[in-house]
Amino acid sequence: MAIKAAEQNSSPPSYTRAVKRNDRLMHWLFVGSAAFVALIIFSIILFVGNQGIKMFGDPEAGIAEFFFTTDWTPGEGKYGALAFILGSFLVTGLALVIAVPLAVGGAVFMAKIAPNWMREIMRPATDLFVGIPSVVYGLVGLTVFVPFFGGIFGTAGFGLLPAALILAIMILPTILSVSEDALRTLPVALEEASYALGATRWQTIRKVLLPAASPGILTGVILGMGRAIGEAMAVQMVIGNAPILPKGLTEPTSVLTTQIVKEMASPFGSTTNNALFMMSLVLLLVSLSLILIIRVVARRRAV
Amino acid sequence: MNSKLTNNIANLVFWMFGFTILGILIWFLWHILAAGLPHLSWDFITGKPQEIIAGGGVGPQLFNSFYILFLSLLFSIPFGIGAGIWLSEYAKKNWFTDLVRLSTEMLSSVPSIVFGLFGMLVFVTTFGLGFTILGGALTLALLNLPVLVRVTEETLRAVPDSYREASAALGATKWQTIRKVLIPTALPGLVTGITLVAGRALGESAILIFTAGVTVSRFAPDFNVFASGETLAVRLWYVRSEGLVPDAMEIAEGTAALLVIVVLLLNLLIGLPSRYLQRKAAGK
Repeated sequence: MAIKAAEQNSSPPSYTRAVKRNDRLMHWLFVGSAAFVALIIFSIILFVGNQGIKMFGDPEAGIAEFFFTTDWTPGEGKYGALAFILGSFLVTGLALVIAVPLAVGGAVFMAKIAPNWMREIMRPATDLFVGIPSVVYGLVGLTVFVPFFGGIFGTAGFGLLPAALILAIMILPTILSVSEDALRTLPVALEEASYALGATRWQTIRKVLLPAASPGILTGVILGMGRAIGEAMAVQMVIGNAPILPKGLTEPTSVLTTQIVKEMASPFGSTTNNALFMMSLVLLLVSLSLILIIRVVARRRAV
Repeated sequence: MNSKLTNNIANLVFWMFGFTILGILIWFLWHILAAGLPHLSWDFITGKPQEIIAGGGVGPQLFNSFYILFLSLLFSIPFGIGAGIWLSEYAKKNWFTDLVRLSTEMLSSVPSIVFGLFGMLVFVTTFGLGFTILGGALTLALLNLPVLVRVTEETLRAVPDSYREASAALGATKWQTIRKVLIPTALPGLVTGITLVAGRALGESAILIFTAGVTVSRFAPDFNVFASGETLAVRLWYVRSEGLVPDAMEIAEGTAALLVIVVLLLNLLIGLPSRYLQRKAAGK
């Protein structure tokens, strides 16, 4: 036996060489996958941006017109997208106004107040709601909220309000679970110190826990915002799709995503079609800046 | 006295928040199922779709949903897990690692409609494939990638370092350690991550409308990746927005209920084995 082992040491058998070769090969495969994943986002920006910028090759379409006018009449060579950009921010803002108080309140409840049995129900329920397809949210909006608001306001009921409500329900679980995580992972010492000073639970929540968890909560809010501004199908089903600035909360209007869906049947390469790529470039840049904001917030959190 | 009173009021308000949220979730689920379940029949689930007359089914769409999901996982799992392993086991602190991390985060923030336009630009137009299952699955794979990378990295990082050291002490190479020690230990987490991705991919519509199209092959089930392949979620959107069928509402409600049931089952079916694996790993 000993002689055999010595023989192996003097000249490594092919087995060892194969193992080493595999090790190196797998290393390069892993590096390759990482480089490939890193490459995708840049090719998306490049492809979509390049196709979008082609729209300004048409003398009728100007950069200032696209970003600063609200007249979208491709038939007459008017390509103003400001109404859609404003609409996107409006509907997202409205959704946040509805969802954030509820989600943060719910997060405090789940993290600090709820008894265990209730937590056991709420956690899987919120997880399930992250997985429900957006078209299903859209359908509920269409069959419940649109007729409901139509009845109240005496209009058809399509518009910003049902869209914002649907988006609020959609992003509620995201904000809730991220905020709850932020609250639950706070050091226990913070809470105990506050109680030791004689603070009530509400005082502790308001003056200690919420401020301490605020970077995490903010991250959740921004994630929800990103999901709301990029959502297309659910919003398209309830917003009414009129390419104008909204006149009221339940008047038909459009946002960036829904306008893209609506006009996508236009011939590829036409100025209208290129303008849709320009709109998705705007969407893309907004989403990317949200990620950068989250990074800044997270850095503040780490300090 | 005053602060005690506010405390009690606040307590009550938080309980109300909790019940409101739970109420919304239960109402929502109940509404979808109550509206859709009466329309679900064997004929509806397996039948062929109709474009102009009532009574069509969603059989091919159901098949396409899973076929496209399967293909997209096939394309994304090797790259996603590979990149995740690299980030957790190999990456050093340098600009390239930062770049990979930042671009993965950026990729996860891309709205799905932008993926849809990108997929259309690349697969439908540039490669001239037209609306195909292949183009849809490849674009959908891009949506899966960042989640897979993150989940893989997180689960591998959760494996204690002593496992790596023990394996290295036995003379194993890095790849042997990854294959024989780290991946089996991290398997429950990986399976959970893949379920998460699958649920999202199954309900995706914005990407597939522009890459896989809104029509189905005349043959069902059609395994041809160059056929166009409408999925359940796309069908739901299509009949409510552009379709001409008279029973669009019934189809939409039935499809919505079917989608929710599929997502529920997926969570249960893949969630259970993962829990079993977790117990096995813990009880060893």
